[in-house]
Formats: sequence, C-alpha cells, structure tokens
Amino acid sequence: MTWETVIGLEVHVQLATKSKLFSATSTAFGSEPNTQASAIDLAMPGTLPVANEEPFRYAIMFGLAIGAEIGKESVFERKNYFYPDLPKGYQTTQLAKPIVGAGEVEITLEDGSTKSIRIHHAHLEEDAGKSMHEDFHGMSGIDLNRAGTPLIEIVSEPDLRSAEEAVAFAKKLHSLVTSLGICDGEMSQGSMRFDVNISVHKPGTPFGTRTETKNLNSFKFMEEAIEMEVDRQIEELESGGVIDQETRLYDGDKRTAKTMRKKADENDYRYFPCPDLLPVVFDDAYVDAIKAAMPELPEARAARFKEEYQLSDYDADILSADAATSAYFEQLVKTSNDAKQSANWIMGELSAKLNAEEKSIKDSPVTAEQLGGVISRTQDGTISSKIAKQVFEALWDGKGTSADEIIESQGLKQVSDTGALEKMADEVIANSAKQVENYRNADPDKRPKMLGYFVGQIMKASKGQANPQAINKILIEKLNALL
Amino acid sequence: MHRQSISELAQSLRDKKFSSVELTQHYLDRIKRIDPQLNSYVTVTEEIALAQAKIADERLASGDSNPLCGIPIAHKDIFCTEGVRTSCGSKMLDNFVPPYNATVVENYLDAGAVMLGKVNMDEFAMGSSNETSYYGPVKNPWDTRCVPGGSSGGSAASVAAMLAAGATATDTGGSIRQPASHCGLTGIKPTYGRASRYGMIAFASSLDQAGVLTRSAKDAAIMMNSLISFDQKDSTSVDVAKEDYLQNLETSVEGITIGVPKEYFGDGLKIETAALVQEAIDQYEKMGAKIKEISLPHSSLAVPAYYVIAPAECSANLSRFDGVRYGYRCENPKDLEDLYKRSRGEAFGEEVKRRILVGTYALSAGYFDAYYNKAQQVRRLIKQDFDEAFKDVDVIMGPTCTSPAFKFDSKGSDPVAMYLEDIYTIATNLAGLPGLSIPCGLVDNKPVGLQIIGPAFAEGKLLNIAHQFQLATDFHTLTAPDLD
Repeated sequence: MTWETVIGLEVHVQLATKSKLFSATSTAFGSEPNTQASAIDLAMPGTLPVANEEPFRYAIMFGLAIGAEIGKESVFERKNYFYPDLPKGYQTTQLAKPIVGAGEVEITLEDGSTKSIRIHHAHLEEDAGKSMHEDFHGMSGIDLNRAGTPLIEIVSEPDLRSAEEAVAFAKKLHSLVTSLGICDGEMSQGSMRFDVNISVHKPGTPFGTRTETKNLNSFKFMEEAIEMEVDRQIEELESGGVIDQETRLYDGDKRTAKTMRKKADENDYRYFPCPDLLPVVFDDAYVDAIKAAMPELPEARAARFKEEYQLSDYDADILSADAATSAYFEQLVKTSNDAKQSANWIMGELSAKLNAEEKSIKDSPVTAEQLGGVISRTQDGTISSKIAKQVFEALWDGKGTSADEIIESQGLKQVSDTGALEKMADEVIANSAKQVENYRNADPDKRPKMLGYFVGQIMKASKGQANPQAINKILIEKLNALL
Repeated sequence: MHRQSISELAQSLRDKKFSSVELTQHYLDRIKRIDPQLNSYVTVTEEIALAQAKIADERLASGDSNPLCGIPIAHKDIFCTEGVRTSCGSKMLDNFVPPYNATVVENYLDAGAVMLGKVNMDEFAMGSSNETSYYGPVKNPWDTRCVPGGSSGGSAASVAAMLAAGATATDTGGSIRQPASHCGLTGIKPTYGRASRYGMIAFASSLDQAGVLTRSAKDAAIMMNSLISFDQKDSTSVDVAKEDYLQNLETSVEGITIGVPKEYFGDGLKIETAALVQEAIDQYEKMGAKIKEISLPHSSLAVPAYYVIAPAECSANLSRFDGVRYGYRCENPKDLEDLYKRSRGEAFGEEVKRRILVGTYALSAGYFDAYYNKAQQVRRLIKQDFDEAFKDVDVIMGPTCTSPAFKFDSKGSDPVAMYLEDIYTIATNLAGLPGLSIPCGLVDNKPVGLQIIGPAFAEGKLLNIAHQFQLATDFHTLTAPDLD
C-alpha cells in the first residue's frame, strides 16, 4: 500500500491597512529601519494598545468570502515568549475566540477537478519586527517597522493530500485576499507567508506524526519544501525510523531543509486574555454593511468574464484569479476593444516578460492603456503583429510613452500604400525570374503556397512594414497577369 | 503656608498672599531639609517646578480659575513624565527618561499644577511597605521606625509630611488606601476605567487604577477633578460623563444606608483598630445614616485570587523589560539568553522576581485552569457579592487595614504576612469598584483608616460622605510630628 500525504496550512496574510493593528503608525513597506515605530510599537513602559477598526473589517471580509461564521465576540490574548524583535515579550493574537470561525475554500486542480478545503478558523494578530544578522559585526540589528502590522492567520484543516493541492490552495487564498483588497499579495515582501504541517500515513491508518516547515514565502518554495519533506518522512519510516514532531526550516535558495527545534524545546506560550484590550463585539448591522460592500470575488468575476467578454473557461480563470490582473485586463479591454487579443497579450507576451523580470503586474512598465494602444494599432492595420511585439518591447524599455509615439519615431508604420507596394512587387517579380517561371508552371492549387516566397521578399525589402494582406492581393493580381 | 489645604492655598494665591513661585520654593526648601529623613522623593524637579510655577503665576494673573493652578504636587514615579526619569522604583528603569507624559500627568499640567518631583514607591508597585524600592524604603512621618505603607509610600509620606500639597498614586490591591490609612491621609482609588492608565507603568492591567492622596476629602475632590478623564489612548478607559466632585460635597448623609460587612471584622483585625472604625461608623449613625450589617461571603478568597491574577498579568507586563530597547542592560552579554537572564536577574528585585515566577507558573500549560481560570471565577463571585450588597446599601464601610503601620523588616521574610496587609482592600480592585480611606483616629500615636467602598462610578458619593465626616470630626487635621 502506498503512502498518503496529509498537509495542513497556516497562512499569515499581512493586511493592507494604513495603520498598525494597535497604533497609528504607518505600515508602508521599505522605509528606513525603525522610522515606523512609535512608543507603542516599541512597547515603551506605560503605553497601551488601542485597536483600529480597519483590520477587523478586513478580517470579516475574509470570513464572509469563505462562508465562515463571524465571531460575535472577538478576544485578544497574549502569547508569551521572548525574542528581540517582539517588543512586548508577547504577541497579541487570538486563541479561544477568533474573529473568523470555520469556513471552506474550493480549489481547482490541474485536471480540472475541484476539492473543498475546510478552514478551521482565521484570527487577527500583530506581526513581529525583523532581526537582521548581517552587517552588524557579530551582533544583530532589529528593525521594528513591521512590529504591530496586522495579520490574519488562516488555519486549514489537514485536508490537503499533495504538494499540488497545497499550492492550489495557497494560490486560491492569494487570489481571494487580493481580490478582496485586504492584502497586497506581494510574496517577496512577506505579505503572505506559509507554515506547512506535513505528515504521511498509510490510508486507513491514523495520521502520522507531523512536522511543521515554517515561513515559506513563495509557491515554488512551498512545493519544493513539501516534496522534500514527504520524501524524507517516507524514507525515514521505510527504513524503520520514526518521525519526530519538530519545526523545520527550508532554504529555498540552497534547496535544503533542517530541524529548527524539537517539540520538547517548544515554548509554553502561556496564553491568557489581554487585559489591555476589551472583547470586541460586532452587531449584525456592522457585518451586513461589510457584506453589502464586498468587492467581486474571483469565481463571480470568472463567470462575468466568460459572459461579458466571451472568454474561454481557461482564460477567464487565469485572468480573474488575481485582482491586479483582472483590473489590468478590464482596463486593457476598455482601450483595445478586443477581449480575445487582450487576454492573449496578458497571458502571453506580458506575463512572460513580467516573470522574466520578477515583476508583478501592478508594477508593469507597460500600462494597460499603452498596451491597448498597441492592440488598436494592430487592429487598424497600422502595424503588423510582428511589429506590435517590437513596439511593446520599446514601451517596456521606456523608449516612448505611447504606441503611436514609438510607431512614429521609429518609422514602424505598416506600408499599405498600393502604389509603393506595387512598385516593390514589380521589382521582386523582375528579380525573381526563376520563381516566376516555377509559379507559372505550377498546378493552380499549389500556387497560393508559392506566394510565400514573394511576400517574404517584399517584407524584407519593406523591413517588415508592408501590409501582408495588401501584398498578397497585389502579388496575385500581378503574377496571374503573367500566366 | 504648607499647612494650608489645597483649597486654602488656591485662595491665598488668588489673594496674592504669596505667589506660586514663592509657594513652590517653600516646598522645595522643605523637601531639601526634611526629606533626607523620609526618602519620599526619588527625583526632585526643582527647575521644572519653578518654571511651571512661573507659568502658573501668569495664568493666575490672567484670572485662571482652576483651583490646582499653581499648587505644588508630587507624582508617583510610576507615571511617565516627558524628559524626567521615571524609575517605577526599579533599577531596571533607573536610566529611563520617557519621551511622553502619562495622560494623568498631562491632565495636571493642563490644570496648571506644579510638579515638585517624582515620589518613591515599591518596585513596580509590588509591595505594601515601600521596602521593595530600589531607592530604599520610605519612612512614615508619624514614626520613622515604621513603614508608610505601599506601594504609594512616597506619595503618602510626602503629603503627610507636607512636602507636597497632594500627590498622585496608584492602587492595584490597596496601594493608595493602605498608605492613606498608615499616614493619616485621605486616599481614593476610583472605579476601574475612570482614570487613564496611559503612561502609567503597568503592574496588573486589569486591577491598576490611578488615584490621589491628600490631607482632606475636599482636597481629594479638587485633585480628582483633574485626574479623571476619558482617554482614547486607553481601551479600558470608560466614557462616562465627567462630574464636578466639589459639587455635592455638602450633601448631608442623612438617610443613607451604610453596609458593614461582618467578614471585615473577623480574626486578624486589631482590637483597637476595630474600636476606632466602629466609633467612626457610630458617628455616621449620629449624623443620620442607617447602619446595616451585611455579608460579603467570598471575602476570604480575595487575597488568594488576587495573588494569581495580579502575578499572571505582571509576568507578561514585565516581559518588555528585556535589556533590548531601553532600561537596564547587563555588561558584556555573551549571547541573547545571557542578555535576558542577567539584565532581568540583575535589575529586578526579589519581590518582583517572586511575582513573575508565581505568575508564569499560574499561566503554564497544565496549571492554567486550576489557577488562572479558577481565580477569574472567584473574581466574578466577589463582584457578585458587591452587586448583591449594593442592592440594599449605598456604601460599605470597614477598616482599611488590620493594624496601624508596622516596623521595618517586621514582615520582610514572610511574603504572605505582607500580602495580608491588603486583606480588606483587594476585593475592591477585583470588583473594579471605587474605594476611599480616611483617618478615624490614632492607635499608639499612629493613624488608623476607615475604608468606604461604593458602587461603580460613585466617587462623588464617596467624597461627599468622607467630607461630611471631616466636617463633624477633626481626625484628618491631626498631622505627623514636625520633622523640621
């Protein structure tokens, strides 16, 4: 009997709120260390936390999106442990009364099948700061800019059975939180971090001992880490060993994993309700108002894309998954008036380029308006699809502000002027006696294929700017006249 | 001039008998002369005081009507003061200068009060004798061989010795009322949530409450008018309409019902103390109050419940003192664990360590239900006792302490004996209710306090009832022997 993998995820989602959970400090990413740390964030003596409303609203939006019950009474607790980037010596989090109760998320696998993954709960908590171990000559630096940033931690049931399912689930959560607008989804900045609980067992037997691999911040690393850990566990068990309950770290760059701490060394976190924060109670009207103002969720958007833009299931799913991509697509359709071309461009040229340069679509150097210009000029015949790619590259490299400007400045306009094209055709025919002879002697139904040579010659002569349809028409006329 | 009450001083300042600068200088001189015998001040802020007095004189000249304008007061060293070292009585914060004011400090600044300095206290407010302070014990002005009580011992001693016209203080289990009792003062702990806790260094967050120590109920009312404010910086601050505590001081006590809990007159209460408290209650009866014996059946559980909840909260509250960002840091730590262990080990005193250990234990896996949850259940029962009692009575009266101030080192080796100092005051904190202590006589030339407990937000009523007593008696006018 083969081994079955059992996976549960704990997902930390940084909420895209303006302020921290319990202070008025900004949460903007990338500032100088410790410039976004107030007396409260530094846990100066006598300071007190006061909860902001926005994180609650965001957490409730997530709860509504997964069909969860919203905790009528939300209680913060203190999770006690010492760490230099944890200023209070405890993390303010939730345990017994989390804001979001049990819910469900449906994932779609590569073979098109779907599976429902249960969410145990999601709770609100504050993030810690960052310890920096380089550049301090054997000492450590601490940056508390992130300390106090609101997170929701989403805890799944152990319903996932493979790395593929885990990744599909993680991507689905990414799609949900970005569509809701409650997280910027910037994985490289740590906006979403995954802790993966993994065990293996033989079906029909109880679950095996699990290990937890912490702090994975890309789908790729997550997939690799799971595969590696599953292999390790199976190998261990098959050689008669046992799995220790432990916390592990995966190094994505070196593709190695190691034990961080054993269960016996785990902290006793000594949770208890935070006496500085009162339980927060939401009335139905508050939750209803949030429900009424919910943005469109990915499923609904996919359905709308199919309906409104006649996209295929595949195109609609991809373009609707993430809020930024959806917004780009819709803006692109608005300027290009061509949904199919817009979809092709985003899923083809644009995403290839974004992936190559590890950019997110939000930071695309080519805006939807600019790309719309490229598509429009292709449609109206100003440029060929080949030249269109050249214009796109130029826009990407910042060589112009619009498709029109680049077409103009680089002289890429397609030649459709019949006079000029006729002249080119005459020249090619005159210089290609052999090919003309072959054409004349060929079987009539073979002739259209033989046209390619002449078209190619004209395109070459025109540096790609000749309008292919127009050339075809002229060539057929001229060659047929020679028959 | 130091003998004058706050209301008298306010009048004198307006009658231009002396200026606030003169008054402040007078107090500063007294502190210099007398405080070495008492050790009530940790920091005297002479320059700041004189500068504030100068501003107060300008405000008085332009007709400022706040009775605290120009009045020199002291702040317990638990309240953060911008630019002035705030030690909380601990080596841990010996070097800590906050860049912000506690809301309470800010309120007194707004009123125009003058800060003479920061007064001594038990380390992190943990203690009932002021013997746990890193800066040494404070002595009781009535008898310098005795403790002033704690944790607000510096506040009480400075006011009793007239080294400040009034002082701020805090009360987690009796830390205002017990020193008031031992130093012959009026001390009030408001309802939990009445005064802001922002900038007040936390001991046990669900029990800590700021209050005042003064020489009369009327002075307390004046101080309370500035102490109390709703504060958005404190989530547990209660948004209840502010009242003028001077307004109803003159109301007669005729017809009010005073509950006297039988549990507060049991074993352990010194017979002479019981007699004075009984005489005070008789006095109220003479003044027209009805006396009713009541029961607070869970009283005996208050101290044990408190010594689970308060240490549990303090074990987390004091985790921030880790040697990383501010406060004491040990020399040459060899690694992170060494930094933590030695910084905390070297800077916290015995009592603080004891409570952190007790609290950590009570919250540990496997013990949490038996200790913390059980203590919270007891807390609810104690609150229900009071809720029941206040259906029939307006206020509750009893002793503040079992006996008058005790001698130094007499309870040092026995923490439980020290914890029983607060046997009558702790239940009020657990229930979040306001409590007040006023002097009601002397035993062996040392003051004894009468405790008055009210329902939530009855501070005005408590001050009124205390003031009426002080109109009819003169215990509050007795002062400690002149140390000058």
